Amino acid sequence: MTAYEQYIALLTLMRKEIRRYTRIWSQTLLPSAITMSLYFLIFGSLIGERIGEMGGVSYMEFVVPGLIMMAIVTNSYANVVSSFFGSKFNNSIEELLVSPTPNHIILLGFVSGGVSRGMLVAVIVTVVASLFVDLNIHSYLVVVAVVAMTSILFSLCGLINAVFANTFDDINIVPTFVLTPLTYLGGVFYSLELLPEFWATVSQANPLVYVVNAFRYGVLGVSDVSVGFAFAMIGAFTLVAYWYAAHLLRTGRRLRT
Amino acid sequence: MSYALEIQGLEKTYANGLQALKGIDLHVAKGDFFALLGPNGAGKSTTIGVICSLVNKTAGLVRVNGIDIDQNFPAAKRQLGVVPQEFNFNVFETVEDILIHQAGYYGIPLKIARERIDLYLKKLGLTDKRNTRARMLSGGMKRRLMIARALIHEPSVLILDEPTAGVDIEMRRSMYDFLREINAAGTTIILTTHYLEEAESLCRNIAIINHGEIVTNTSIKNLLRDLRKETFILDAREALPQDLAVEGFALNRIDDFSLEAQIEQGQDLAQLMSQLHNRGISILSMRNRENRLEQMFVSLLEQAS
Repeated sequence: MTAYEQYIALLTLMRKEIRRYTRIWSQTLLPSAITMSLYFLIFGSLIGERIGEMGGVSYMEFVVPGLIMMAIVTNSYANVVSSFFGSKFNNSIEELLVSPTPNHIILLGFVSGGVSRGMLVAVIVTVVASLFVDLNIHSYLVVVAVVAMTSILFSLCGLINAVFANTFDDINIVPTFVLTPLTYLGGVFYSLELLPEFWATVSQANPLVYVVNAFRYGVLGVSDVSVGFAFAMIGAFTLVAYWYAAHLLRTGRRLRT
Repeated sequence: MSYALEIQGLEKTYANGLQALKGIDLHVAKGDFFALLGPNGAGKSTTIGVICSLVNKTAGLVRVNGIDIDQNFPAAKRQLGVVPQEFNFNVFETVEDILIHQAGYYGIPLKIARERIDLYLKKLGLTDKRNTRARMLSGGMKRRLMIARALIHEPSVLILDEPTAGVDIEMRRSMYDFLREINAAGTTIILTTHYLEEAESLCRNIAIINHGEIVTNTSIKNLLRDLRKETFILDAREALPQDLAVEGFALNRIDDFSLEAQIEQGQDLAQLMSQLHNRGISILSMRNRENRLEQMFVSLLEQAS
């Protein structure tokens, strides 16, 4: 395919993916706004007032970046895992597989759907958060970069999950038993300084620690880990995920017989 | 000779050890209307799956219009349009969206895609269903939608896997006309079907596959020439006599007004009619007892096994 034809194929996939989740906005965009409002109200406003400061800022300010990032992670992941698995389930993935669309365009197309939903939800949740706390962005560059990289990373993870999934139950196992625990243990609600040394060290293997802290640095200017190291780790996780997702598409594992 | 499809030594062994294809060779000339016949599990869909990349081959060579799929699969895919046996589109999308997406995957800009959608929806009688969600279509309409989708990038080779399954007779005939039309315009058509009369009326050449091996690969004309015996049902004007013996012909009484005649290759049907007439038996109508190709098909499969 020529570069122009690949561009058309990418635009087609992006349009299809974006239309898919906007058509069912009440299932894809609204829940995050409601869930995060409750988090802000309960953890930030009600309980947070009793906790006081954390990481040098009010508890409400401390949890907001982590909660926004949690929304980005879950929505990017959910979008790609459900869309790609849905295509597998109704065999419409064959439309793509029999076409000359290169694998990297297929990958980019699905990932762009996840990224755009992640970013859209980020905007919605940020607007909701601004009702509870005044947000002064410390570094727009860091915020944009970490949101983009995180949504790419978790969109890729969603695609990998979808490739291996055989049933709709399989696409819920990872979010329930892996993603949610990693999110809660990734420093969304607490500073890593509160953890015993052993668990703080274990937490270094959790990619959510880096995305939450890098984003918190971008918003508040505070972080439990070095921002440069956090970006390096997110970049490394993203490269590994991209390589593996591309490998799955190239070999046709679970897609071709 | 230039071929639309060349297959040499194609083998496929699935992960469970099932050897679906045992080194098949197949050649389909450009512009041909070709039938691939075989019973369930013979290897037809596996062969098509390999050609269009849904099945990874174990060994062998496949060329589409001279393009080796191992060398340049994207270029080979561009030559192919595939209508699979099972519906494989998102039933929640509209007919138009399904076609626009497919065109996009082939790099066709939206403006050109819309023009082609107009054309193929009209040809396939789906214009008024353009904005209908696919799940609301009947089985026949879904089948035609898949044909429109396979043609949207104007391939030179169209592969149809059981295209008329679940399609009523009237719609089947209009589909036949449409396929003949695009074949006449130069598109090579490869068809798998269980309706053997479909292959006989549409196709020029045929391959019969069984247990992953090609049993025969010849023209329909040659295949039928090999058929040694045909059975006809004759309906008489008046009640038949008890003694039906006619010299040189094997006749069986079905009921008082019908008889069955077996005509060997080389025997003259006019001679039979003449002898029956001489005996005072007047024939009103005559028909084949069963599809000739079906007889041949069963006979070949029996020989192969």
